[in-house]
Order: sequence, then C-alpha cells, then structure tokens
Amino acid sequence: MAKKKSKEILFDPLFENNPITVQVLGICSALAVTVKLMPAIVMALSVMAVVAFSNVIISLMRRYIPMRVRIIVQLVVIATLVILVDMLLKAFAYDVSKQLSVFVGLIITNCIVMGRLEAFAMDNKPWASFLDGIGNGAGYGLILIIVAFLRELFGNGTLFGHKVIPQWLYDHGYMDNGMMLMPAMALITVGIIIWVQRSLMPQLTEKE
Amino acid sequence: MKFDRNSNGYTVLFMSILLLVVAVTLSWAFMFFKPFYEQNKRQEKMTDILYTIGLDKDKLEEAAKTKGLSLSYEFIKQYFDKYIVKQVALDAEGNEVQGVNAFDIDLKQEMAKPAEKQVYPLYIAEYDGKKYYIIPLYGKGLWDDIWGYVSLESDMNTIHGIKFDHKGETPGLGANITEKWFEQRFIGEKIFDQNGNFTGIDIVKNWKDETNKDDHKVDAISGATLTSNGVEDMINERLKHYVPYFKKQQKQ
Repeated sequence: MAKKKSKEILFDPLFENNPITVQVLGICSALAVTVKLMPAIVMALSVMAVVAFSNVIISLMRRYIPMRVRIIVQLVVIATLVILVDMLLKAFAYDVSKQLSVFVGLIITNCIVMGRLEAFAMDNKPWASFLDGIGNGAGYGLILIIVAFLRELFGNGTLFGHKVIPQWLYDHGYMDNGMMLMPAMALITVGIIIWVQRSLMPQLTEKE
Repeated sequence: MKFDRNSNGYTVLFMSILLLVVAVTLSWAFMFFKPFYEQNKRQEKMTDILYTIGLDKDKLEEAAKTKGLSLSYEFIKQYFDKYIVKQVALDAEGNEVQGVNAFDIDLKQEMAKPAEKQVYPLYIAEYDGKKYYIIPLYGKGLWDDIWGYVSLESDMNTIHGIKFDHKGETPGLGANITEKWFEQRFIGEKIFDQNGNFTGIDIVKNWKDETNKDDHKVDAISGATLTSNGVEDMINERLKHYVPYFKKQQKQ
C-alpha cells in the first residue's frame, strides 16, 4: 500500500471511503441515535474523540504491544476512553447523555473504532493515526447528522427542538410523518444516501 | 532495544502496567467528575418533584426567560425552596423523625432495611394556593431499577401528578413509562376506597375504561407487562407506608 498524504487520510473517509455508506460499519448506532439532531451531533463528536485518541494511543504503543493480546489491549484503550467520554457527558451534558443512554457505552463495540485501530493505527505514526481517526469519526458523524436532520425535520417538524415547518403548511393539510421516527426509516434513509452516493461516484460500484 | 515482545513474561508485565495506568486514570476522572454529576442528579430530582405539582419544564423555562436567566441549578433550587414548603422524614408509624434530611434519603438503601426501620421521605408543596403531598417512588422494573414521584392533592387521596423514570427498560416498550400519555392514565385516580381503606392502584392489561377515575384501575402498556407490574408494585408498596401518616393528618 502506497503511503497516503495527510489530506487523503483526513478526507477519504468522509466520502470515498465513508465508514457507514461504503464500509457499512456502525449501522446500529446510526439507526438508534438519529431521531433528533442534538443527540446525533453529540454522538458523532463522542465517536470522533474516541477513534482519534484511541488511534493515537495505540499508534504510540504499536511497537510495544505483545501481538498475541493486541485485541485485548485495543479494547482496554477503547473502553477507557468511552468511560471517560460517558463521565464527561454525565457531568456537562446531562440531558443529552440521558437521551443517548446506553449508546455511548456501546461505542466500545462500534466496529469502526476497532477496525481503524487494527487496520491503521497498528502500523502508522501517531499524527497520521490521529488524522485517520478524525476523518473516520467525521465520516461517521456526517452520515449521522444528515440522517438525524431528515428524521427530525420530517418526523417532528423541528430542528434542535425548534419548530421550523411553518404553521400554514399544517393548515393546508401537511402532516409530520411518524414513520420517520421509527428505526426502519433510518435504515431506508441510510440506504437512500448510499444509493445517491453511488450514483454520484461510479467508481464505488462493484464491477460485474 | 532488543526484546521478545511475544514472551509470556513481557505480555504479563505489559498488561499489568497498562491496567494500572487505566485504573489510576479512571479513578482520578471519577473523583473529578463526581461533584458535577451529583449536582445534575439533584437538579433532576428537584425538577421531577416540581413537575408532579404542575410546574413542568416549559413553565420553568419560561419563568427563567422572563428573568433573563438560564435554567441553572441555582434557579431550580430557588423555585424548589419556594414551592416545597416542608420536607419531612417519617417513620413506619407516621411520626416525623427529627434530624434527617428528607432530600438526601437514598431510597434504594432504605428499602434494603425492614419496613419498620426505614425512614420515609415526604415533600409538602404549596403551589397556586393548593397543598400537595409528594411521595418518592422506587422499585424494580423488568431489567433494572425504576423510580418516580407521585403528588397527591390536599385530600391525600387523589393523584395530581406523577413522574416515572427508569435505568434500563426496553426502548419502545417498558421505557414508555416516561411518556406523558402513560402519566395521564394515573391523574385523578384515587388510592383509598370510599370507606377510607387503602387500595392503591391496579394496573390492568387492556383496561379500556380510562374515564372512570374511581375504580383504582389504569391501563397497562401493551408489550410491557412486567414493567407495568413493576410500576404497580412500586406505587402500592411505597404509598402504603404513608397511610398511618395520612390517617393521623385527616384526624386533626
């Protein structure tokens, strides 16, 4: 594998190699926390912080980790960071942390995090690993925010809890679509995003 | 540096150092964040108690806005102290226990003791010219603890407001006990029958008669029978300990 430039490391996971739409990882939490915009943003930032810092830590230790227990070491690092993020949210963003409930804890099992540690941080320098973490976290967050935006807008008629759909639309018979609040519609929304992305980027489509 | 990083000795050493560092970091972080977390818990408790007497979050937010303040801990505390006129701790016979701060009673710890040794916290509120008795609830749901607050009107019989919360009930099923439509089912229900005997609340599956507020029955949540049973047990178990106190108050 040729060495990638910093810019590529950072921006590739946003579109061309997006963890959700191209690698199809981390779908479960993407469905669960995207009912409203605010928790989705907090979740995106939490995952970004966890991937970036666990990438750096593992990259710093990569020459010293005993190979036979490397997965355990990775898990210990991820779990520690997730608990720290969880405590931070409980202390300074209590309401949001209640809405996210178990899903912050479940970042530990998010395959994006371990995937990046195993695939990237184990054989790259700390700075490159940091960028890779930020990039992948942002790629994950971008999809989360798009999905949450659509779901909150069409499901509740609100954004960040504020009404944005004007009253006269409701007066003319417009209705919020409760379906959008169901996890099934989140999956369909992610599917539509994948479809749009693949039509715009034909290089992603598998050749027959 | 030349070493064999796959030897047993090194692996054990590496893991020991790693775990030590992690343990120290986490305990330090826990100590650091704890005061913030506890203040949030207290704020939530006060907000929940105010909610049961009709001061919901929207009203508090509006009140804060007109004064140009945010919905901070200090603001909630000020409101709490204004409307919660009395906080008492009761013993099993309904007498007030002196020297116990009702707000700091940990129900989970209390409920581990036998009933006659527990202290029972009670909040008395005066809001909009009416008197309310607020009783904290604590019990077991399907997966984990559930808790809440119920406010009774000045007759010490009719439920005025109720608030539930849970640690880990199933989302979409048992977790729905926090929803407003579930709370609404309790409002107006009575906990004593016409002869003044304690009946509590009966949560029944498929109970269609929600307009009748004298039957002590409310509809359960479909698909969450065990959580609903937990809520029923919690309400009845907690409320029955306050009966001696209510009887005494009514005699006066």
